[in-house]
Amino acid sequence: MAQQTINTISPNELLAYALRLKNANYRLVAISSSNVENGIEMSYSFDSGNDFVNLRIIARPGDEIESISSIYSYSFLYENEIKELFGVNITGISPDYKDKLYRISVKTPFNAKEGDNNG
Amino acid sequence: MGKETVIPFGPQHPVLPEPIHLDLVLEDETVVEAIPSIGYIHRGLEKLVEKKDYQQYTYVAERICGICSFMHGMGYCMSIESIMGVQVPERAEFLRTIWAELSRIHSHMLWLGLLADALGFESLFMHSWRLREQILDIFEETTGGRVIFSVCDIGGVRRDIDSETLKKITSILDGFEKEYSEITKVFLNDSSVILRTQGLGVLSKQAAFELGAVGPMARASGIDIDMRKSGYAAYGKLKIEPILETAGDCYARTSVRIREVFQSIDLIRQCIAMIPEGEIKVKVSGNPNGEYFTRLEQPRGEVLYYVKANGTKFLDRVRVRTPTFANIPALLETLKGCQLADVPVLILTIDPCISCTER
Repeated sequence: MAQQTINTISPNELLAYALRLKNANYRLVAISSSNVENGIEMSYSFDSGNDFVNLRIIARPGDEIESISSIYSYSFLYENEIKELFGVNITGISPDYKDKLYRISVKTPFNAKEGDNNG
Repeated sequence: MGKETVIPFGPQHPVLPEPIHLDLVLEDETVVEAIPSIGYIHRGLEKLVEKKDYQQYTYVAERICGICSFMHGMGYCMSIESIMGVQVPERAEFLRTIWAELSRIHSHMLWLGLLADALGFESLFMHSWRLREQILDIFEETTGGRVIFSVCDIGGVRRDIDSETLKKITSILDGFEKEYSEITKVFLNDSSVILRTQGLGVLSKQAAFELGAVGPMARASGIDIDMRKSGYAAYGKLKIEPILETAGDCYARTSVRIREVFQSIDLIRQCIAMIPEGEIKVKVSGNPNGEYFTRLEQPRGEVLYYVKANGTKFLDRVRVRTPTFANIPALLETLKGCQLADVPVLILTIDPCISCTER
């Protein structure tokens, strides 16, 4: 099985890292999110051959996370999803469906666990 | 330039067994843009991880989809096993592989029937689904279920298949293969099928890579991507080469799936010939602590499970990136420039599974 590495970086380093991976012919596999104590943890997964790399950032409340759709065009779907389900403020998504990708009645339903005060 | 109009496609449409909506922007009859809306049946199953413990969640994972339910359960179990360092018995790995490949045959046969139906070829649709019943009968005999099996468990599998039944499966597959060969000739050689699929919805190799396509969608464009080659379950011990086409059109996607059914039959035969005797499950105790990304090859392509555990019986996060979700950008691109009348068949050839997407 492929080796898995997780590189924790700051949000403002994201585009530079993504560009480096794109230039090295890495494929964007997925973008995943989960709630952590100080915000939303986002993992950008890439692969090339047997190499499986994850870039990890923490989106703190109020943070603007720049979209990587200018580098990986198909990231727009993951980013629209995370924006709608987790409420992460991702800017510059192309195309940005402006919270209309999902037909859900609850706003940002995955933001914070049930029972948490900030959810 | 013709008049621009927007036509809603779905959420209910005869070719779609499940709801997805596309706003098709047309110039005359030509699609210039497609804007998707999903979430009509979003179930929030990932969120349910907060209420079901990690053992119970195996049953939830299986219910993400009714077509690849076994592989959803398997992917989830593999993630937990990786976090906990559980070594699954070899026999269980082979049994998982047999059920996974039977699931692939069942899924592709279902899709072939839907394609025939979309083309208005009703007898072909019925033959495809009649043959599929033989696979469902194997599921029922070996697991007790035809859709949800509940045989995959953390640490192995819950049921064994005895040698007599394995022989019987081989015999059923021999007969299946013979009949299947006959209907594939119609799919691949019939002039009306060719007219409706060749040259339609072309996705070049470069575009497939640039848009992150996976599974038969990517392989039909010549991209050598198949997670089974990574060797999970028993695949590392089997001879397997991805089925590739280069045309990247609807016909190529059909051809890849047709050939993959033969490949799955071959893989099952290899498994039955090599399956070792022994235990089918190891006892798992304690709670997982850590995180893991698991990828495996479902009928529609690569699926990713991300599981994050905190040492309690409740997980922090289960995230599933399904192949249909990954193929939506490529679908939107291939729709551009096609004629309105070709949209249903084109959408069908990505083999969309909205149930998976709306996990």
